[in-house]
Amino acid sequence: MKPEQSLPIRCDFCGACVAVCPVDAIQLDEAHWRLFAERCTQCEACVMVCPMNALEMKHEEPV
Amino acid sequence: MKNQYDIVVVGAGPAGAMAAHAAAQTGARVLLLEKDRQAGIPVRCAEGVGEGSFRKVFPQVPESWICQRITKAVIHAPSGAELPIASRHTGLLLDRKRFDFDLAHRAVQAGAELFVKANVHGMHIDKAKGAQVQVRWLDREVTVTAQVVIGADGVESRVGRWGGLKTVTPLRDLDACAQVLAGPVDLAMDTCHFYFSEHVTPGGYAWIFPKGDGLANIGLGVSGDRCADARPYAQLQAFLHQHFPGIRQLSATCGGVPCCAPMKKIVSDRLMLAGDAAHQVNPLTGGGIVNALIAGRLAGKIAGQAVQENDCSAERLREYEKTWQQTEGVRQARAFRLKQAMFSLNDERLNILADTVLNLPFEKRTIINIFKYALLKKPSLIWDAVKVFT
Ligand SMILES: Cc1cc2nc3c(=O)[nH]c(=O)nc-3n(C[C@H](O)[C@H](O)[C@H](O)COP(=O)(O)OP(=O)(O)OC[C@H]3O[C@@H](n4cnc5c(N)ncnc54)[C@H](O)[C@@H]3O)c2cc1C
Ligand code: SF4
Ligand code: SF4
Repeated sequence: MKPEQSLPIRCDFCGACVAVCPVDAIQLDEAHWRLFAERCTQCEACVMVCPMNALEMKHEEPV
Repeated sequence: MKNQYDIVVVGAGPAGAMAAHAAAQTGARVLLLEKDRQAGIPVRCAEGVGEGSFRKVFPQVPESWICQRITKAVIHAPSGAELPIASRHTGLLLDRKRFDFDLAHRAVQAGAELFVKANVHGMHIDKAKGAQVQVRWLDREVTVTAQVVIGADGVESRVGRWGGLKTVTPLRDLDACAQVLAGPVDLAMDTCHFYFSEHVTPGGYAWIFPKGDGLANIGLGVSGDRCADARPYAQLQAFLHQHFPGIRQLSATCGGVPCCAPMKKIVSDRLMLAGDAAHQVNPLTGGGIVNALIAGRLAGKIAGQAVQENDCSAERLREYEKTWQQTEGVRQARAFRLKQAMFSLNDERLNILADTVLNLPFEKRTIINIFKYALLKKPSLIWDAVKVFT
């Protein structure tokens, strides 16, 4: 499982998810949200906090 | 953009612009970096400040910064009961788009070099040699060396983490907000409104801050650990539908506010944090503009002096941390205790509290008295309320 922007259009780049991520796994710039999946501990804090409900935990695609 | 400066300031919000201005005034070579396209945009803020505390920073407030003067406040209980508050304090509704831009302009006039669309994405500090900051500026990668870095990168701060400071915001203390600028509102423009309800805004509140011309900032905040059942954006749309059916939304944003206990460490070798990045927010109200201004100015000045003295160690920079903690930090700790007590009240208790205070004559319906009745079972906190609100 990892967080994903299921509806990227909802994202306002506000940084609330970055603030609560315990392992610095999210990077934002003016108009991009990016996950460093290798750092993510799947704690779901980012998914919980998003004011816009733009994030969702997704199962990783089987390789 | 050059490869070497005395001081690099990350983030051109109120904290960063004040820091860059104060540092440049000491004669330091200052680089101010902002990831967005313009300082002041987007506005993720209700734009309200206490007039008294704001004028302590800017005794001559330019008229162009002020949208509306607020002289009255009404608290709305979950039952719908309205509680007008007796207060001598007045507030200002700022035009933050203009205000933040002007502050950045001031920093530039003092000699700071500002770059927008410049995203800082990494930092390495060598105590002996200096700090290295990685910047992506449009399509260019630039490595900048500095004596001191000031992280004024807001709630989403990563600069502190890279320097080993503990800036991760606990989920329950991150106030997740949504806000619209909306109109026309059929409300007195000199009165702000606060709505409390554990169902609508668990761990937070909703606000209406009139901005003049029939417009108002209408928003709400929810404690981060309660968002799953009360998504701020959806809660706000429902709130608008209930209270202002048919209102037009001229802009919409969301944001987070770190409503935390004071951070223990806001400096380390060659590094200082200011503003939301250092959690310097009143955790009870979520107000952080004035704190960001005061802290940014102080951090910039001390960074400039440290560069002149050629001593940018944590020990030297700690003058900033100590001064902050002994002044505003004490107030923040008190406000944090009050926040924990107040936001644990359920709707029933809030309604009883409102009824009790409504039975008092108007001049006794003060914020302090509200806290006195709210905290009857926790009298030790009443002193905190007196100290925070006087
Ligand atoms: C909905 C809402 C309502 C609010 N209402 C009020 C209010 O009414 N009154 C009040 O006093 N406070 C209010 N606040 C809080 C207030 O907005 C903040 O406390 C204040 O903006 C803090 O200023 P700052 O300079 O620390 O951070 P910010 O204003 O957030 O500035 C930080 C800057 O750093 C930039 N940045 C971040 N990361 C990087 C990077 N890696 N590289 C380059 N640049 C970067 C950002 O783009 C941003 O411009 C509100 C907050 C929210 C979310
Ligand atoms: S909290 Fe949500 S809206 Fe804000 S930056 Fe993260 S994903 Fe985007
Ligand atoms: S799930 Fe947790 S660790 Fe992973 S990105 Fe979100 S907040 Fe960070």
